[in-house]
Amino acid sequence: MAEKVGPAATRKIRLMEVCGTHTMVIARMGLKKLLPPSVELVSGPGCPVCVTPEHEIDRALAVAEKPGVIMATFGDMMRVPGSRKSLADIKASGGDVRVVYSCLDALEIASENPGREVVFMGVGFETTAPTVAATVLEARRKRTGNFFILCNFKTVFPALSHIGSSKKLRVDGFICPGHVSVITGSRPYEAFASLYKKACVITGFGDADVLKGVKRLIEKVKESDFKVETEYGRAVTRQGNKTARQIMNRVFRTADARWRGLGTIPESGLALKKEFARFDAGRRFRVRVPAGKTVKGCLCGEVLQGYKSPGDCRLFGRACVPSRPVGPCMVSSEGTCAAYYKYGV
Amino acid sequence: MGDRITLAHGNGGLLTHELVDVMKREFSNRILDELADAAEMKVGKSRLAFSTDSYVIKPLFFPGGDIGKLAVYGTVNDISMKGARPLFLSLGFILEEGLGLDVLKRITRSVGLAAERSGVKIVTGDIKVVEKGAADGVFINTAGIGVIERPGVSISGRARPGDCIVINGTIAEHGMAVLNAREKLGFSSAIKSDCRNLNFVAERCLAVCGSIGCMRDLTRGGLATALNEIAAASNLGIEIDEKSVPVRRDVRALCDVLGFDPLYVANEGKFIAFAGEGDARKVARAMGRPSAVIGRVTRAHRRQVYLRTRAGADRILPALETDQLPRIC
Repeated sequence: MAEKVGPAATRKIRLMEVCGTHTMVIARMGLKKLLPPSVELVSGPGCPVCVTPEHEIDRALAVAEKPGVIMATFGDMMRVPGSRKSLADIKASGGDVRVVYSCLDALEIASENPGREVVFMGVGFETTAPTVAATVLEARRKRTGNFFILCNFKTVFPALSHIGSSKKLRVDGFICPGHVSVITGSRPYEAFASLYKKACVITGFGDADVLKGVKRLIEKVKESDFKVETEYGRAVTRQGNKTARQIMNRVFRTADARWRGLGTIPESGLALKKEFARFDAGRRFRVRVPAGKTVKGCLCGEVLQGYKSPGDCRLFGRACVPSRPVGPCMVSSEGTCAAYYKYGV
Repeated sequence: MGDRITLAHGNGGLLTHELVDVMKREFSNRILDELADAAEMKVGKSRLAFSTDSYVIKPLFFPGGDIGKLAVYGTVNDISMKGARPLFLSLGFILEEGLGLDVLKRITRSVGLAAERSGVKIVTGDIKVVEKGAADGVFINTAGIGVIERPGVSISGRARPGDCIVINGTIAEHGMAVLNAREKLGFSSAIKSDCRNLNFVAERCLAVCGSIGCMRDLTRGGLATALNEIAAASNLGIEIDEKSVPVRRDVRALCDVLGFDPLYVANEGKFIAFAGEGDARKVARAMGRPSAVIGRVTRAHRRQVYLRTRAGADRILPALETDQLPRIC
C-alpha cells in the first residue's frame, strides 16, 4: 500500500469524492500524499449534515424548544449551529434532545412516552431514507400518534447532475458513494456518466477499497472510459436493493429541496406522501423561522461543491474549529473541514 | 469556551483541558501543575503517589466489568503509572433514591474482589443518597495512595528523545463493549471491556528496566489523546506506526461499521511505557503478549504526534477534540 497510487497522468485531472465518509477515509489514510502531483482530489456534497441548510437547522431548534417535545436526532446533528444555537445548546439548557442510532429508537421513545411528542430529525440520503420509511410504516401499524419526522432527506443523483453540468468546476471523475449505491445499484450512474462524459467508480470504505477505486478511476479518466465500474462488488449490484427502494417510495415522494451551497435543486428531496402526512413534524409544528443566512466568511457552500478547499476559508482553524464550529462542514463526522482540520490535510 | 458545561467537557479531550485550566487558576501549585494522573509527593523520607477519580459509567454492568471494578482498578492504575505500589483506597458512593439493594450488593462485592486482586485495602469511605433523577443509579469516587519504593525510579509525564513506545496489548475494547451495551446496538460480539489492574505488570516492567521515564494508562480519549498529552508535556514529537498498534479483528470490524477510529476509543486495562531503544523488547516481554513496540519519540515536529497510516502515508494524529459519533450513512 505504500507505493504511489495509479499511473502518473499526463495532464492535470480532477477527481471528486462525492461521499463525506470517503472524504474522511481519504484524509485518515493520507491518500493525497500518495497521489501523483497531477491528480487533484476535491470533496463533494455527499455529507447529509453539511448540506442541510441553515433554516432547516433553525426549524429543528424551534421544534425542539416546544414544550413537551422530545427531539431525537443522529449524534452528528447535535452540534451543528443554526443562526442562534445548536441542539446541544438546547439540551444543555434543559431541552429534551436525545441522540439515537436509528429512527426505530425514536419510535421506541415515543412508545415509552405517550404523553410527549417525539420528533425525529430526519437527515440522510438513499442509505438512510428506507429505514425511516420502514419506521413510519411500523408507527402506522402500531397506531403511534405521538411520533413525527422532520423531513430533510435528499437524493444524490440530482446533486451529481448539478455538479456534472457545472461550467465553474471541471471534474473528470467521480468516486461514487458506496452505501448509497447499495440501495440504488450502479444502474443510475450509467446515464449520468454517458451524458456528462465522466468516469465513475463506485467503491467501499476500507483502505484497500479506496486505493483500488482511486487507481481505477485515474486509469479510466486517462482512457476516457465512461463505463460505470463497481469496486465494491461484495455490497453493490447493478440493480441495487429493490425492496429498500420500494419501501422508500411507498412512504416518500420526491420534492424540490434546498441544499446548503447548491441552492434549490428540483426533485432532489424526499417528503412524506399525503397518506402519511400525520407523521410530518413540519405540518404538526408550524414554526416560523427566518430565511437563514450564512455566517459572514463561512465557505461551507463552496467547499461542498469542490470550488474551494477548507484552507481557503479564513475562518478555518481560527474562528471555526471542531469544538466551536461555525459551519456544518467542521462539525459533521463526514464534513470536509472536520477531516482537513483533524488530519492536517 | 461557551457559557455552559456540555457532555463534551467530560470526554477527556481538549474541552476537558480547557475546564481544567479554569480550575487551575483558583488553586495552582507545583504538584498540581504537573497535571499527572497521580500526584507525587515527598512526605518525610517516603515518596508517595496520590490520585482520585470519579466513575459515572452507564450502564452499571457491562461485558467484562462494572462500575465497582472500574472504580478500584482506575485509581490503582493511575497510582501504578507513577511507579508506585498502591496501598490504600477511599471509597465514596452517591446513590440514587430507588436503587435496588441487590444492585448495590453486586457492586460492592465487585469492589471487594477488585481490591483483593490489586492487593489494596479500602480504608475509609462515605455514602450519600440523592433524590431520584439526580444520579444515574450510582456514582463512585475513589482516591488512592501508594508508595514509590524502587530506588532510582522517576516517572514523570515526559518522554525523552529516542524513547521507544511499548503498549501492553490490544486497544479499544472497553469503549466499544460499553457503547454496544449502553446503546443496545444489538451487535452480538465477544468484545468485553479490558478492565483490569495494571500494578503488577507495571512493576514487572520496572524490574527489567528501571530507567522507564514515562508510563500512562490509556483511558478516555484513547491512545491518540494520551500520546498528544505526553508529546506536549515533553516538548517533543512522537511517531507511531498504525500497522503495529494491536487491534482485535472483531473490535476493528465494529469500529468500521460505526465509523469509529480505535485510536480514540477508551481503554481500561492498557498502558504505554517509554523505554530506551535497547530496553524496549525487554519491556514488551515483561508486559506479555500481545504487547507491541508501536513508535518512538523524536526531536522533530515538537508537541505533535504523527502516524504512518496503513496505506503508507504520514499524517498528523491529533488529540480527541469532540466525541466520536456513529456515522449516519
